[in-house]
Amino acid sequence: MRLTLDRRDGAGMAGLFLSPLLAVALTLASSIVVFWLLGQDPWRALNVYFLMPVSDFWGVQEVAVKATPLVLIAVGLALCFRSNNWNIGAEGQFLIGAICGGGIAVWTQGWGGPWVLPLMLVAGMAGGALYALIPAVLKTRLRVNEILVSLMLVYVAELLLDWLVRGPWRDPFGFNMPQTITFAPEATLPLLFDGGRMNLGTVITLVVVVVATVVMARTLKGFEIKLVGEAPRAARFAGFDDKKLTLTVFAVSGALAGLAGVMEAAGTVRQLLPGFSPGYGFTAIIVAFLGRLNPVGCLIAGVFIAITFIGGENAQIILRLPRDMTLVFQGMLLFYILACDTLILYRPRLVPRRAPA
Amino acid sequence: MTLAEAIFLTVITASTPLLLAAIGELVVERSGVLNLGVEGMMIMGAASGVAVAIVTGSSVLGVVAAIGAGMAMAALFALLTLGLATNQVAAGLSLTIFGLGLSGVVGAPFVGMQRAGIAKIEVPFLSELPLIGPILFRQDPFVYGSVALVAGVAWFLWRTKAGLVLRACGENPVSAHALGYPVLRIRFAAVLFGGACAGLAGAYLSLVLTPFWTAGMTAGRGWIALAIVVFASWLPWRAMLGAYLFGGLIILQLHAQTAGVRVPSQLLAALPYLLTIVALTVIMALRRGGGQVAPQALGRPFVPDR
Repeated sequence: MRLTLDRRDGAGMAGLFLSPLLAVALTLASSIVVFWLLGQDPWRALNVYFLMPVSDFWGVQEVAVKATPLVLIAVGLALCFRSNNWNIGAEGQFLIGAICGGGIAVWTQGWGGPWVLPLMLVAGMAGGALYALIPAVLKTRLRVNEILVSLMLVYVAELLLDWLVRGPWRDPFGFNMPQTITFAPEATLPLLFDGGRMNLGTVITLVVVVVATVVMARTLKGFEIKLVGEAPRAARFAGFDDKKLTLTVFAVSGALAGLAGVMEAAGTVRQLLPGFSPGYGFTAIIVAFLGRLNPVGCLIAGVFIAITFIGGENAQIILRLPRDMTLVFQGMLLFYILACDTLILYRPRLVPRRAPA
Repeated sequence: MTLAEAIFLTVITASTPLLLAAIGELVVERSGVLNLGVEGMMIMGAASGVAVAIVTGSSVLGVVAAIGAGMAMAALFALLTLGLATNQVAAGLSLTIFGLGLSGVVGAPFVGMQRAGIAKIEVPFLSELPLIGPILFRQDPFVYGSVALVAGVAWFLWRTKAGLVLRACGENPVSAHALGYPVLRIRFAAVLFGGACAGLAGAYLSLVLTPFWTAGMTAGRGWIALAIVVFASWLPWRAMLGAYLFGGLIILQLHAQTAGVRVPSQLLAALPYLLTIVALTVIMALRRGGGQVAPQALGRPFVPDR
């Protein structure tokens, strides 16, 4: 027996919605097995992971706080991945955005005004975009592999942040802790509600999702991105410059990751410290795929993944499960979504092996 | 032992895991498959290796478990990319994320448990030679194994018919399929070999280099191994050269840190990553106009028609 794949006709729309739902269902089923293997009560564990995080308004706000950077980064990555550009260094661009914006907050401490916050956001976006342009320029000029370069730059950004908060930017009154000062009020994003942490960053992210949706669905640029990814030869005949597009999508995704970084610094953490990101840049890759590389899809997927993020933290405290469990589920989810995509586009069949010729 | 000897020895131990992982990935990529999950397979090898070695008290069983874990991860990747023809980049990334998570879960009970490393093999008399004695004839079995593996892969890929067929699958799977070769089965074997090598590299990290488990202990070595394959233009002996160059850089950086060079330690720690970028850029600049050296069908799924 062997497995063959036959292309299905007209499975487009069904696949769009069915495949992520099926993937989530399969992940849930697998996690029940995993919890059972680990000697946990699966129902209690599922409750901790998926329901407890959204059981009150404070929890819902926390989900929004976690989903904001994930969605923002994933929307940018979706543009990249759509056009066959593999920026997997969003984590680095996120940190550089935080460093550029946070640097302004540290620098203007004590004499800043209302202009500080907009300047921080712009600096964060510019920093992220420039950092993302390094792999893009190397790719377009010399065909250097953008996956490896963007990934190596993540480690460099982590070390840069580490150096800054232990060295020049360390809080002089922070008892030698490796962290900057807590940002002044004019360098922080305003909260939306009292008694929670949800801030203006969530609103900005929603605006970005709307803009990205319009760009992808209604503009020539959006068409170009999709065409270069799906039919590069046709795109070249149509006169689209794929090198220029590579630079554009890298810059945009870097800017969005940088914006996510500076909003995390100015809105949620309100200072810089090592280990400032719980790997948002990497998790956003999963969000982008789970969201079908579509801005609105990324929004839904980001909220779902944010719930599991908080669920993972809860599970660490309540069930004493290792925090890495969350990564296991995220990896599993991405496996399933990839598999489901194929199963919906192709019909797998077991056929008897032919006699050797 | 002189300082020069000590440096050479540490360079070899730092390079060996890179070489093991790179030579495996080289075979995988020669068959036309791009597995970005090296980091994930490697760290699963490291975690399973140390876990089994501690539980059973046997380093050999630990190594076997590491190879098995690497192969199991590779099989998962093969199921997706070969069986279901999914995007190889995305599947490789998810393999890395999954491996980093699962290794943390597997390794959690063993944090802080130290054990004796694997003994070195001393060749009688020859290891007494000055300078080259300890470097060439007093190494752990992995070092000898890695060199033998490079020689074996070089011989297999260029001196055997099976190697030729494997390369054909990477250059032009359609023609290979038309000639009646089972492209997917050959790619599957290559991917499993890559997984075994990555698992072995992981075992080296957790059983020899630092004989204990820490989460995330591969620290990007799997990714550097991927860069070495590009740097080596997909040639086995050049991969060995590349691995030793990178290993040398890592050690140089450590020695500079302990010697108290007046630059931030973070800059020195960033050097291997920065130099990976520089090396990739230089090699691509040199290769400019020199045509395509990567396997033609690298990263493209192949679905045989009947």
